[in-house]
Amino acid sequence: MCLAVPGVIKEIRGNIAVVDYGGVVKEADISLLESVDVGDYVIVHVGYAITKLSEDEARQSIAAWKEALERLARF
Amino acid sequence: MLAFKDFRSRELAKRALGVIEKLAAEESYTFMHVCGTHEQAITRHGLRSLLPANIKLIAGPGCPVCVTPASEVDAAVALAEEGKVVLTYGDALRVPGSELSLAQVRAKGCDVRVVYSIREAVKLAQAEPEKEMVFFSIGLDTTAPSVAAEIARGLPENLSILNALRLTVPVMELLLGLGDLRFEGYLAPGHVSAIIGAKAYEVIPQAYGMPVVISGFEPLDLLLSVAMLIKQVKEGSAKVENEYSRAVSYEGNLRAQELVNKVFEVATTQWRGIGRVPFSGLKLREEYAEWDARRRYALKESRGVDIRPGCSCHLVIIGKLSPQECRMFGSVCTPAKPYGPCMVSQEGTCNVAYRYSQQVV
Ligand code: SF4
Repeated sequence: MCLAVPGVIKEIRGNIAVVDYGGVVKEADISLLESVDVGDYVIVHVGYAITKLSEDEARQSIAAWKEALERLARF
Repeated sequence: MLAFKDFRSRELAKRALGVIEKLAAEESYTFMHVCGTHEQAITRHGLRSLLPANIKLIAGPGCPVCVTPASEVDAAVALAEEGKVVLTYGDALRVPGSELSLAQVRAKGCDVRVVYSIREAVKLAQAEPEKEMVFFSIGLDTTAPSVAAEIARGLPENLSILNALRLTVPVMELLLGLGDLRFEGYLAPGHVSAIIGAKAYEVIPQAYGMPVVISGFEPLDLLLSVAMLIKQVKEGSAKVENEYSRAVSYEGNLRAQELVNKVFEVATTQWRGIGRVPFSGLKLREEYAEWDARRRYALKESRGVDIRPGCSCHLVIIGKLSPQECRMFGSVCTPAKPYGPCMVSQEGTCNVAYRYSQQVV
């Protein structure tokens, strides 16, 4: 039931967004999210977008991990 | 989006593995996840064989199809046999009831249809207003908001809900209370957490001293989460950490939580293979009771046969047994002809184990 892959929003019409999962395009209801725009990455579950992915957070956690991995590797 | 792709980086995954090996050293660690999608990701990427032998990942109750009790399938089957149109997700079709599954009554001529979402169920009900339709609503915290949203919007007159929604955290607590399961930390499900937020797990370290790390679904996500769990165990700390911060916040999706609270109340419910778990299910509130199929059609609760003779799903579901240890596995029980519920869904622990052992992706 769960689709773990994020998709990117291509178009928004009211409550419905057109979401592209690397070539496979499907509609999703976006009424559970506060604000979304074309270009945002979302996780969709049974036809509803449940969360927006934050690129800032992704970048920060990767940076933090690269650092931590280096530190730990030197252990 | 480069930052997202980094979570697929082989180079980083390799480095994380090296670090895990060092961190784990001679000690043994067992971690439990409670998510069908985690099981698929772990198996598909072969993480169990990549990780050092002293680290074990076990699957707990995370597949909504597997934990739906026979009594609920029986209710859906009874409605279909009475001539109602039963709508549900493809995965729910073959879950065994006490005697029959929805797929079996469909083969006998009953009107059972597969939908991808509750939205589709609403559209079908609108298109055929002369037919009485019932949406068999299985799922966990992740699925509940979509159902709540449609109910709050107002369903067509001829549609009602046979609700079978369940909550993840209470069952995670219950497993810790069992006392005879040995594991050192929980990998919490990323998309359940996107809804309920990291805050929902606080009770687990606080009341049970058990570390929790919320994990995403890429190989690197899972490896980093395992490293975080090992670190917590080594430091003797127990807290909720969020590896999947790009999708999960501390508070979760408040709009979704509000909708779920508006439409549902928490109730004790039966889990297949586990039994009755307090505060672990959702029930329609009195204001929405007219949409409750159980009320509308005065359904009686059957007791239901949850585990058929010889099936070990009750042990597989709580992570006590691996699928291969069940003597039905691969002989009597296969994805094409499932004997027990864990073999039915693509997320079921036995189903995942069978498909990947056969190299069928
Ligand atoms: S292999 Fe089949 S019978 Fe055995 S535990 Fe899994 S689902 Fe049940």
